[in-house]
Amino acid sequence: MDVNYSEKIPNNVDLAGDRTLQRALEHWQPRFVDWWRSMGPEGALAHDVYLRTAVGVDREGWAQFGYVKMPDYRWGIFLTPVESGAVIGFGAHKGQPVWHDVPGEHRANLRRIIVTQGDTEPASVEQQRQLGNTCPSLYDLRNLYQINVEEGRHLWAMVYLLHRHFGRDGREEAEALLTRRSGDADNPRILGAFNEKTPDWLSFFMFTYFTDRDGKFQLCALAESGFEPLARTTQFMLTEEAHHIFVGESGVSRAIQRTCQAMNELKTDDPARLRAAGVIDLPTIQRYLNFHYSVTIDLFGADRSSNAATFYSSGLKGRYEETKRSDDHSLQDASYPLLTAVGGTLAEQQAPMLNALNEVLRDDFVKDSMGGVGRWNKVIEKAGLAQRLAVPHKAFNRRIGSFAELRVAPGGEVVSEAVWNARVDEWLPTASDRAFVASLMGRVVEPGRFASWIAPPAIGVNRQPVDFEYVRFN
Amino acid sequence: MPTRAPSADYARQHLIDPEVCIRCNTCEASCPTDAITHDERNYVVDFSICSGCHACVAPCPTGAIDHWHQVLKSTPYTLDEQLSWDALPPPVELGAEAPEEVPAEVRTLTEIATAGQGGPATPPWSAAHPYINLYSIAKPAMAKVTGNYRLTAADASADIRHLVLDFGTTAFPFLEGQTLGVVPPGTDASGRPHNVRLYSAASPREGERPGYNNVALTVKRVTADHDGRPVHGVASNYLCDLAIGDEVRVAGPYGKSFLKPNHPGSSLMMICTGTGSAPMRAMTERRRRRRALKEGGELMLFFGARAEHELPYFGPLTKLPQDFIDINFAFSRVPGEPRRYVQDRIRERSDKVARMLVDDDCFIYLCGLKDMERGVIDAFRDVCHEHDLDWDRLKPELLAKSRLHIETY
Repeated sequence: MDVNYSEKIPNNVDLAGDRTLQRALEHWQPRFVDWWRSMGPEGALAHDVYLRTAVGVDREGWAQFGYVKMPDYRWGIFLTPVESGAVIGFGAHKGQPVWHDVPGEHRANLRRIIVTQGDTEPASVEQQRQLGNTCPSLYDLRNLYQINVEEGRHLWAMVYLLHRHFGRDGREEAEALLTRRSGDADNPRILGAFNEKTPDWLSFFMFTYFTDRDGKFQLCALAESGFEPLARTTQFMLTEEAHHIFVGESGVSRAIQRTCQAMNELKTDDPARLRAAGVIDLPTIQRYLNFHYSVTIDLFGADRSSNAATFYSSGLKGRYEETKRSDDHSLQDASYPLLTAVGGTLAEQQAPMLNALNEVLRDDFVKDSMGGVGRWNKVIEKAGLAQRLAVPHKAFNRRIGSFAELRVAPGGEVVSEAVWNARVDEWLPTASDRAFVASLMGRVVEPGRFASWIAPPAIGVNRQPVDFEYVRFN
Repeated sequence: MPTRAPSADYARQHLIDPEVCIRCNTCEASCPTDAITHDERNYVVDFSICSGCHACVAPCPTGAIDHWHQVLKSTPYTLDEQLSWDALPPPVELGAEAPEEVPAEVRTLTEIATAGQGGPATPPWSAAHPYINLYSIAKPAMAKVTGNYRLTAADASADIRHLVLDFGTTAFPFLEGQTLGVVPPGTDASGRPHNVRLYSAASPREGERPGYNNVALTVKRVTADHDGRPVHGVASNYLCDLAIGDEVRVAGPYGKSFLKPNHPGSSLMMICTGTGSAPMRAMTERRRRRRALKEGGELMLFFGARAEHELPYFGPLTKLPQDFIDINFAFSRVPGEPRRYVQDRIRERSDKVARMLVDDDCFIYLCGLKDMERGVIDAFRDVCHEHDLDWDRLKPELLAKSRLHIETY
């Protein structure tokens, strides 16, 4: 059957006028749908889901709401409009016109950046594919599916770049994006955090709050790229990433709200009594937070990285809000105070900023993450309770970078292996924590009803009521 | 007594709810006028820059963006104030003139309709106290269609219908001149629920049929926009196509300005075109039913349409006694005759109009298209000139005494 790709795929890249791209997509699109059918949300192919579909980058095209079966979702390709006269904003090529095609000398690095970013998109869909079976409400189920289809669209965005700009290599990489599998021992996804399970909805919310926020910072850094198609692609992806972070932040917030309500009703902070009441005690939420935060900040890479320096100097990947910074944007002589492990302790050292750019981005992420945690604390404060959540020290539970060699408590004290082993159950989710959270994960799909452990949202999607039928099962 | 600022001193200020906002920067990136800015704590909107274009509303993932507070234009929330918030402040009660919690879209429609008189005004001093906003768009009253018939001749260009809705045992108290909100079922092209549409009650407060809990609406089937381009009016077509027994979701009632005076001896000058006749019919019918009470006062009606057969309620109107109501038709498309508009008829009746303009017991109502409003105001100016009156001094006086009420669209 002939598929009219230019109609089927909303786009603003003149798909109809680009035969090469069209041929590539004709080959890739059915493979993508096959992947979605086997690795996308489990048992959800026939559901009608109230989804937002982007059909353009302008005000009207941004958010079209309606019921869609997910395999029929119109995954589009959107680049923000071309800015005429744009110049590269940083690195050795600063001030030169942006590249509309891949410069030969940066081809391998750019491909690597795009593939690494692209690989996270299907990976998260795979990680989350069973969550629909334990959704706490129709509202949340719909949000999960919205995130899933948008991760799918982000994959499309990266595949577009690979197909359009990287020839045969690009097509092979696009195929490989559909063949790696999250958690597969033989053919895993590229980044560690994307091979972890997302076993329950608290993990999902923590993941979308912290790990999708890593996505935001990576995309922000790529949105500064001198490779103009990459910059324009990631700018639009950022608007969707915002929704994912919202789902995480509000999800955790609603769980906290429900817990606080139960704490006040029962006048207790005893985890056992709260668990018996069907809510997640705050210490458990803190341990989940510690885990997801520490795993996510590993994603920014080693604290000293020559790759990061190369990517920056060659104009491929900038810093978060590069254009808003007032330094020289070449950073040849700049230094950065780098907290690092030296002889079994933590010490701050001045390092060349170019080599510390992963840390710069990580520190921006840390600051941004703390904002949301502060808002979670507002929920607790509003309930009149004294407990507070906090992000752990950035050296806590690290596997990548110089901190990996140390054992560091959430407060930042270096501890011995013995102390770590004795106290790790206070700091990271235990098997029994996870079993308890899993025990709460019943499936609630009656419109307007919510699982015991989570409060309803303040407002519905697209001004619809909270008890709207966000998903119709067929 | 608290002092009240004129309604023109109020404005709607766009605010972002810091409790719901996740600081994703999408609004700031999508604002075409750079009205949105942020610090490490909050995202905020600059009142002096924001044009209210809503470009930021759809992309906001949280809904935090969609807040509009009534403020005094002279003292909006500053950026510094907004940056310091942990939560939105409660909406401030701005005295009796500040609108009640009516839906934003109803408020917007009202602001547009009443622009000619400088925004919503106070009602005549003897008007009955109206109930407002008893039913919201989310929780509407359910009414059943008990009548739906065409008012205009079969060959008329406009399909105007008289629709009777019965509320059964649901209380829906309204006054002549108030409007009802109808929410068509389903969603628009972008999947949002349809906007509410406002229709004036065409029947008096005690019901289309006295003693029944029903209301009449005058609905014109919209098939073209103001410029004549074909469009399909969602709400009007929905209403025109209703069958007897169908259920309709009704919000409201709305409006507390376009109300009739109740004191004996009060007169009404009513000027309308097309479906703008609905509130005039309601007021006229109210007076007709009370004729036996001999309360006095005059009714004068200027009613414009393309031709006789296009005029809703033409038949019943012509049967009303001349000593009850002074009717002046203006037809603009009668073959072989010059086009006549309501303003022409007003000029022809200059003496009586002038007398009524200066009569403190006479209340003037305009309802219809915006074009008519301009023509009528010019005619009033001419009438005043002819009678040594100054319209520009008279108009503020009429508004101050709540004697001039304009609802045009």
